[in-house]
Amino acid sequence: MIRIDFNRLRFLVIDDNAHMRRILRTLLHGFGAREVHEAEDGAAGLEAFTHYVPDVVIVDWAMPIFDGLELTQMIRQPGANANPYVAIIMLTGHSEKMRVTSARDAGVTEFLAKPISAKGLYQRIVNVIANPRPFIKTKTYFGPDRRRNVNPNYVGPERRRGGKADVIKQSPLLEKVRPSS
Amino acid sequence: MAPSKHSAAVTTYGDHEVIVPENKLRKAVSNKPLQPGEVDDPIARAEKALSDLSGEFASWMDAECERLDKARQLVSVAGFTSTNKEELFHAAHDIKGEAATFGFPAMASVANSLCRLIEHTPDSNRIPITLVDQHVAAMRAIYREYDRSDAVALANQLTKRLREVTDEFLMHENRGRPDVLEQIKGPSIVPE
Repeated sequence: MIRIDFNRLRFLVIDDNAHMRRILRTLLHGFGAREVHEAEDGAAGLEAFTHYVPDVVIVDWAMPIFDGLELTQMIRQPGANANPYVAIIMLTGHSEKMRVTSARDAGVTEFLAKPISAKGLYQRIVNVIANPRPFIKTKTYFGPDRRRNVNPNYVGPERRRGGKADVIKQSPLLEKVRPSS
Repeated sequence: MAPSKHSAAVTTYGDHEVIVPENKLRKAVSNKPLQPGEVDDPIARAEKALSDLSGEFASWMDAECERLDKARQLVSVAGFTSTNKEELFHAAHDIKGEAATFGFPAMASVANSLCRLIEHTPDSNRIPITLVDQHVAAMRAIYREYDRSDAVALANQLTKRLREVTDEFLMHENRGRPDVLEQIKGPSIVPE
């Protein structure tokens, strides 16, 4: 089992709900993290991201000013900030397939559906640290590789032209969204 | 705090680049072996920390119910303005996400039903206020009566009926929008 020194990581939690921020802080401290910063909306979150340069961002989807999806798109701007590659874990009560796909296309690294559990959060953090995916930059996308495995039954066109795609095998995001028991 | 530069290996293909950033987080992977008899269970530690906090959860849910009721009152008085609609949705959405964590899992489905009603009605002004009121009253009642031995069974009955009425309304309001109907009828990818 991989062990993580949480006290060597800097976290930023962005959620407008003070109760949920307290829950996340409690869990992260429980894992052993010391440095946990908080922001209560998307704008404050972006400012805190620039100021603290966190290793892992945990962001809620539904927030005032701009939401977690918009914040992710702002962070995933190559050259625009100190770390466009930062690990972003999106925490949300939204559970529809369309929502997960939108989050993936905005460039989130992992998706965690509420209700939150210590195990679910821990697994997402371990995954972003131990199994980071390469980034893909196209005209319309910049973010972690959205191809998590090779589907031998895929019959559509190869949309990446000019070379063989690099694929890191991982569970599909839709599977990962289901809370672990 | 000074920003740290990230180096990355970039491979360019015809219409895309594959970028492998330097993994600065690897510093946090511990190679230190555990001593004989030493136990390191971060998940158990976090669960214990959450359990220590759980004495506050009932009052937190009480505050969330108050917030929901305030949002409902604003809608009753001033209708579904953009701000009122967002606040009501947000309050219900937060309860949906927090209910299980706070120890009131039976509230989540009613909150979800209210979220669906607000999100999938194309013209908010057609949302029946009575149906909104019934959802809010149901959530408050479930919260208030949660200690009863039959609370979960009653909550399930209430939820089932509210969901039926809501879905019937949504199907009617979206009868000309097959893409939305598919979303409404489609199962959630998260078990309820």
